[in-house]
Amino acid sequence: MNGTLEAPNLDVAFLALSDPTRRAILARLTQGEATVMQLAEPFAMTQPAISRHLRVLEDAGLIARRAEGTRRPCRLSKTGLDTIDQWLAMLRDALSKNYDRLDALLVTMKSGNEEEIP
Amino acid sequence: MSKMTIKTEGDRFVVVTRRFAATPEAVYRAHTESKLIQKWMLGPEGMTMPVCISEARPGGKIRYEWTNPVGGGFYLTGEYVELTPFSRIVHVERMHFPDPTPDNHVETRFEADSDGTFMTMRMTLPDAKTRSQMLATGMEHGMEASYVRLDNLNLAQSCHVPTAR
Repeated sequence: MNGTLEAPNLDVAFLALSDPTRRAILARLTQGEATVMQLAEPFAMTQPAISRHLRVLEDAGLIARRAEGTRRPCRLSKTGLDTIDQWLAMLRDALSKNYDRLDALLVTMKSGNEEEIP
Repeated sequence: MSKMTIKTEGDRFVVVTRRFAATPEAVYRAHTESKLIQKWMLGPEGMTMPVCISEARPGGKIRYEWTNPVGGGFYLTGEYVELTPFSRIVHVERMHFPDPTPDNHVETRFEADSDGTFMTMRMTLPDAKTRSQMLATGMEHGMEASYVRLDNLNLAQSCHVPTAR
């Protein structure tokens, strides 16, 4: 598997990822497909504002939308992100944090003060 | 420190490696003694581990319970299979959300190297359904922390996880 971003234009992808709302939308979509209404819910934003963010993500190849009647549910695009990459990224993040904490603990253990760690 | 590597091995395994500036004995103890485990194995930011049972002998029980300040949480149960102080731990574990995920077989090795310990952890890759469940749970229990974490992610991390395939 090649997890490299296959966006037509890397600048477009970088720009799409440079906004915290758009990154939060991507995080929400790791749970599965969602409608604009569902995506707008956690934010103090109008649906048109969310739709503009979605268009940027779609142009960058990070999400895909399909037509379902009048709704156009969004999902993470296979070309952009893959569940296994998402899961590994989450695992990597949790483990990195764990091991950074373990580094600190090991320093304290070495100095013989392990009982004093809060 | 970015000394950690994580990669898939075939369709079934994930291999994590990490270096520590301490003896294999210290790193092994931090992985098996509950008072030490509780201080670092906390996962996403904001979680604590109020319950930690680690009976470090073959057949011994493992139970870790995590909770966050808003009352969310999940737990892990497992059993030790083999222990070789201070170089190798084999155990089985499963997460409960509260439904249990399939068993994850984990082998953790600690090798002395010049400046400390080199750890290799080999675990079973969860199936697609379990992965989605874990992602959903991670989001549910740490939405705010997830946003913060995503803010800190660089593009290389969010879009390119090295895999062995």
